[in-house]
Amino acid sequence: MIVPMSHILAFSGAMFFMGFACVLAQRNLIMILIGVEVMLNAVGLTLVGASALWGQVDGQIFVIFLMAMTSAEVSISLAMVVYLHRRSKTLEADAFSGMKG
Amino acid sequence: MSTVLFYILGFTALAATLMCITRRNPVHAVIYLVNAFFALALLFYLLGAPLVAAWEVIIYAGAIMVLFLFIIMMLELAPMHTPAGPGWKRWGPVAALSLILLCCTILMVAVDTGSSQSVPFFYVSPRVFGTVLFKKYPLAVQVVSFQLLFAAVGAYYVGRSERLADREDKS
Repeated sequence: MIVPMSHILAFSGAMFFMGFACVLAQRNLIMILIGVEVMLNAVGLTLVGASALWGQVDGQIFVIFLMAMTSAEVSISLAMVVYLHRRSKTLEADAFSGMKG
Repeated sequence: MSTVLFYILGFTALAATLMCITRRNPVHAVIYLVNAFFALALLFYLLGAPLVAAWEVIIYAGAIMVLFLFIIMMLELAPMHTPAGPGWKRWGPVAALSLILLCCTILMVAVDTGSSQSVPFFYVSPRVFGTVLFKKYPLAVQVVSFQLLFAAVGAYYVGRSERLADREDKS
């Protein structure tokens, strides 16, 4: 290993919680999706680091599945963003509170 | 050498992510995120995953981020007016981050002589990767391809035009 695994974990953890903060703090639907992207990439870095730690290919293969999952998620969610924008002319997350009890 | 590069790239990626999540303008956020993904791709290469690094650039920084930019510009979400203040405050940080990434890339290419001594501690060639992927996880490959198909159909269904939807509801 070129760096200890704990440093990789700390780095990807920091990146994950940046994405988490973005999802929680931003009110724009596009920015929330960007936060999700950041979180998924941090997870991918953890998988590649674990793959290097144990010298196995499986971690990198999981990153490919993660990428396929992300592309599916992004295509669906951006289509929903277009749909919601067409319906209510806004992308602020607070505008979509129709299911509040 | 690789260790120093790892920390430089790690802090570059964290800085780009921090700039990305604090932007108000979604276009700026996407540009910073592309920088962060390039830094991550170099990190993947350093950790012995060249194929994953290539896909990170092609799929994430190429396809997905262009899709984001396309939707942002289609819906006209970015503010039209230019904010006051000197121009370098807007493009300075992203230029600095890109310069760091370019220097790291040139350094990595210059160090890699192509001889057998320069092979890192752990390195997965695309041949090994493909063999393990299709021999060990054939079912997962099929499931993922179905998932992508369903996503394409779902995106088409959700994104169809209002007029067409009305006509379908009546019939």
